[in-house]
Amino acid sequence: MAFLRAFGCWLPPRRVNNEEVAPLVDATPEWILEVSGIEERRYAADSDTVHSIGLLAAQNCLQNAGVTAAELGMILVASGSSDRFCPGPASQIAAGLGLASTPVLDIPVASCGSLIGLALAAQLAPSVGRVLVVGAEIMSRRISLKPADKNSAILFGDGAGAALVDPEIGFARIADFCLFTDGTSSEILYVRDGQFVMDGAAVIMHASRKMPRAINELLTRNRIGVAQVEEFLLHQANLNLITRVASALKAPRGRFFANIAKYGNTSSASLLIAAEEWHRGQTAPLAGPLVFCAFGAGLNWGALLAVPV
Amino acid sequence: MDVQARILKVLQKVTGKEISPGADDSLFVSGLLDSFALTDFVSGLEEEFGVSVPDSDLSARKFDTIGKVEAYLAAKT
Repeated sequence: MAFLRAFGCWLPPRRVNNEEVAPLVDATPEWILEVSGIEERRYAADSDTVHSIGLLAAQNCLQNAGVTAAELGMILVASGSSDRFCPGPASQIAAGLGLASTPVLDIPVASCGSLIGLALAAQLAPSVGRVLVVGAEIMSRRISLKPADKNSAILFGDGAGAALVDPEIGFARIADFCLFTDGTSSEILYVRDGQFVMDGAAVIMHASRKMPRAINELLTRNRIGVAQVEEFLLHQANLNLITRVASALKAPRGRFFANIAKYGNTSSASLLIAAEEWHRGQTAPLAGPLVFCAFGAGLNWGALLAVPV
Repeated sequence: MDVQARILKVLQKVTGKEISPGADDSLFVSGLLDSFALTDFVSGLEEEFGVSVPDSDLSARKFDTIGKVEAYLAAKT
């Protein structure tokens, strides 16, 4: 078995609000808020790297769990914006934690990467021990703040999140997951020459269908009704998309945690940053199922179910 | 009711506007449909015409004008 034990995150201190972004992309702050639900995002400093901010989230997660790095069995790091392709940030995060032999694995998947990481961790934890999952992104270096790219430029922010999956203890047991990939539509969302390229309309159309479908499949095969779910934690891609998924599932919007207004779309980091903030705000033990869901480049998407212990 | 009129009916329901764009007028570039409304438009077409639009066809280019939608539906039936 595998359990969610703790989350962590780190966000750059530099806040970039819509008033700063809007004139650069020939838009208005009100339009950005209307089409995305984003009020501000964080941008990393020039000295930050994907692995340096991932390390800070990892350390925060370990501190929240009361676990030392030496007690980890493996580290998985998701990032679609890594500064270096090979080796990716995972080995440097491990080194930063003082580890010289703990196995690591990079998951170079934007947006859905941390969900894939959680699913892999659930499978690996019973055999390798505690697995630290990190999602770290510096998306501000993969966008162009110019009018031609405004649909993607307004969305993205930087940040890192982390989760500790433990084979023995935690506040919720990972009960099931479903993962999907459809490479036939890979051209609607990808990185080319270091810059993010997105067919926003196609992405929304796919995500609006695939995310509710994945959640429904997962809940149906576990005989859990939508109304029983205590909280839905989604990749924070766009607030309107989160509302759309809630509507498609006929679930109350209030059950869908959202912090995109403060951080924008931090790609693969967003799911774990959202999870950390949601978990930090909980005053009582988990009473019902928890559903994670993400969608992104690949196309990759899926959902993960965790239940109270 | 002919096909174009039924497409317009779906479009008007999605946008909430009594609009009648020309067959080649872009629905997306003109701002009549945004990404989310386009998703609703496709769902409305599925319902109105009893067709299933596969995920592989989820492209704004296929549904950007009344004419393109009409051709798409003709190919599906």
